[in-house]
Amino acid sequence: MVFDLDETELREVNSRLQAVKPKDNMRDFLLSNPRGKHNLAVGLDADMRARIDGHVGFYCAGMNKRAEIVVNGHAGPGVAENMMSGTVRVRGNASQSAGATGHGGLLVIEGDASSRCGISMKGIDIVVAGSVGHMSAFMAQKGHLVICGDAGGGLGDSIYEAVIFLRGKAASLGADCVEKEMRPEHRETLERLLREAGIEADPAEFRRYGSARTLYNFQVDNADAL
Amino acid sequence: MTVDPRAQRPSSLFSPNVIHEIQRAADQGVYDIRGFGAKRQVPHFDDLLMLGASVSRYPLEGYREACNTSITLGTRFAKTPLELDIPITIAGMSFGALGSHAKKSLGWAASEMGTSTTTGDGGMTNEEREASKHLVYQVLPSRYGMNPDDLRRADAIEVVVGQGAKPGGGGMLLGQKINPRVAGMRDLPENIDQRSASRHPDWTGPDDLEIKIQELREITGWEKPIYVKVGATRTRFDTALAVKAGADVVVLDGMQGGTAATQDVFIEHVGIPTLPALRQAVQALQEMEMHRKVQLIVSGGIRSGADAAKALAMGADAVSIGTAAMVALGCNKPVYVEDYHKLGVEPGCCHHCHTGRCPVGITTQDPALEERLPPEKGARLMRNYLRTMVYELQTLARACGKSNVNNLEPEDLVALTIEAAAMAQVPLAGTDWVPGRGGF
Repeated sequence: MVFDLDETELREVNSRLQAVKPKDNMRDFLLSNPRGKHNLAVGLDADMRARIDGHVGFYCAGMNKRAEIVVNGHAGPGVAENMMSGTVRVRGNASQSAGATGHGGLLVIEGDASSRCGISMKGIDIVVAGSVGHMSAFMAQKGHLVICGDAGGGLGDSIYEAVIFLRGKAASLGADCVEKEMRPEHRETLERLLREAGIEADPAEFRRYGSARTLYNFQVDNADAL
Repeated sequence: MTVDPRAQRPSSLFSPNVIHEIQRAADQGVYDIRGFGAKRQVPHFDDLLMLGASVSRYPLEGYREACNTSITLGTRFAKTPLELDIPITIAGMSFGALGSHAKKSLGWAASEMGTSTTTGDGGMTNEEREASKHLVYQVLPSRYGMNPDDLRRADAIEVVVGQGAKPGGGGMLLGQKINPRVAGMRDLPENIDQRSASRHPDWTGPDDLEIKIQELREITGWEKPIYVKVGATRTRFDTALAVKAGADVVVLDGMQGGTAATQDVFIEHVGIPTLPALRQAVQALQEMEMHRKVQLIVSGGIRSGADAAKALAMGADAVSIGTAAMVALGCNKPVYVEDYHKLGVEPGCCHHCHTGRCPVGITTQDPALEERLPPEKGARLMRNYLRTMVYELQTLARACGKSNVNNLEPEDLVALTIEAAAMAQVPLAGTDWVPGRGGF
C-alpha cells in the first residue's frame, strides 16, 4: 500500500499504519515524498514493514513496537526515540538523539549519527556504520551502542550499564566512562549485532567501553569521626 | 563564671540552623539532600483575604444553594477532554518515591471524589492504573518506564519540563529506595543513588516541544489532553511558550512544591513562590487570549479549600496537591515517634522521604513500614481531606455569591501585605492600592 505524503495528511497515514492488526494481510507500506515531515510512522505496534523514500524530520518511528521501518534518506532528531522493539534502519545520516531512551529493538544508521546518539538508552541496540557526535550514550542505562567510525567528545558520560563498542577514536570519554576488557562474550555480542545490522566490520578492531561505576552513589565523608 | 541568659546574643546571620549546616557540610563534604518542600517563609495565599458578599453583592445560601465544582481539562485540542467533578487534583508522585500503598490510597480516593491522580518519575504501575479512574501519565526527562502502551491507557499526558521544588534540576531517588521492582521499572541497577536528567533527551526549546507534543498526539490519536508542567521561574514566558507549543493545559508548580528528594539548596533558593507565579501565568494566558481556553492548574503549597479558592479567584482553573496529600495520609503525624527519632527528627519537622524510612509508611518501599498505611485507611483519609477541601471551597465561593467555583475572580481578593499585593496584583486590604499600578 502506497501513501504519497504530498497528497495524504500525516494523521491519515499514521492512523492507517497504527491500525494494522496481527492477522491483517496488508503489512507492507511505502511512504513517498516525506520531505522532512515530522512524526512519521510513530507508535506502530504490529509485525509489519514500512519504507519511507526520502528524508524525514523529527521522531520518525518514535516508540516503535515490532515494526520494521526503513528510511531511504536522512533522519531528523530523535529517530526511533523510545523504541520498544522491531527494527529501524536509516540508510543515510541521523540527526541528534537517535534512539534516545529506546527500551528495545535494533536501530541501524548506515551513515553518521549526530550528537547524543543513544542518550539515556534503556535496552535498545544501536549500530552506527559511521561516526557519532558528542555526548553519545549520555546516561545510557542498558543496551549496546556500536560505533564503526569515531565518536565525539564526552562519549558515555555518566553511563550506567549500557555497553559501547567503538572501532575508531573518541575525542574524549565522558565522566565515569572507561575502556574495559573485550572478553569472548563481548566479541560474540558484537558479532551478532553487526550481523543483524548487516554491517561489515571486523570485531577485532573494536574496543569496549562502559561505566567505572564511581558515580553510582554519593560519596559521603565522616570527617567528624577523625 | 555563670552564663547570663540575657547576655546571649545569637547571630541572625549565623543562626543555629546555619551553624549546623556549615558543620554538616564540613563533616560530609556533600550537599544536603532531603524531601518535602521549601521551609522558608514566602508570600503565600495566607497573605490574601476574600471579600465576602455584603450590600454590594449578595451571597448564596451556605448549605443549600448549588455551587458547581466540576471542571473540564483539555478543551483546546484533545478529542476526549478530562471531566473532573472537583478542581483539586493529585500531583505527580512516583512509584519509588511513594510506596504502592500510598499510590493506591491516592488513586482510590481520587476516583471516589471524581478527580485525577498523576504518575511520576518511575512509570505507571498496573495497581495505579486500576486504582485511578482518571490517571495523568507524566513524560519526564528520564523517561523511566516510558512506553506507548501506558501512553494509550492514560487519560491525559503531562510533559514535565520542571518542578517547583527544583526548576532546572532532575529527580533524585537514593539507593535505599531502589529495590528490585523499582530498579526494574527504571532499567537501573539496584541500590544506586539515582539522579534523573534535568532536561529532555530528544528536544530543547519550545519549537522542538511543539513537535514532541504532536508526536504524543499522533501516537494517541489526538484523544488525550496534553499538559505541560513548568516549575515557577520565568513564568510569564514559560506559560506563553507552553501555549505556543500546543499545550491543552499548563501546570504551574510554585517553589513551595514538594519533592521526595533533592538538594536543600535547590528547594530553598531556586524558583519563585506560587503567588506571583500564578499571577504571571494568568497574565500570559490573557495576553494570548487563551485564558480559560488553555486550562491552568496551579500547585505548590495548596493546603486547604481557602488556598484553592484564592488560587481560582486569581485565575487558575484547578489546583493540585502533593505534600498536603501526603500529610493527609499521615506524613509528620506524631505516631511511631521512636522511628522519627531514629531519623534524628521530631514529628512535624520530618523531611526524610529520601531515606525510605518513612515512619508512617508513605515514602517507603519497606513492606513492614508500608503495613502502617493500609490502602483502605489511606483512601478514606484522603477522601475525607478532599471532601473537606471541597466543602471549604464551596463555602467561600457561596459567600462571594458564586454558584460556580470558577466564577471566583480577583475582585474577591485583597492582600494583607504590600508584598502579597504586589505579587498577586490585588489591592492592599482597605485601600484601592495595587503596588505597581501607581495612583496611590
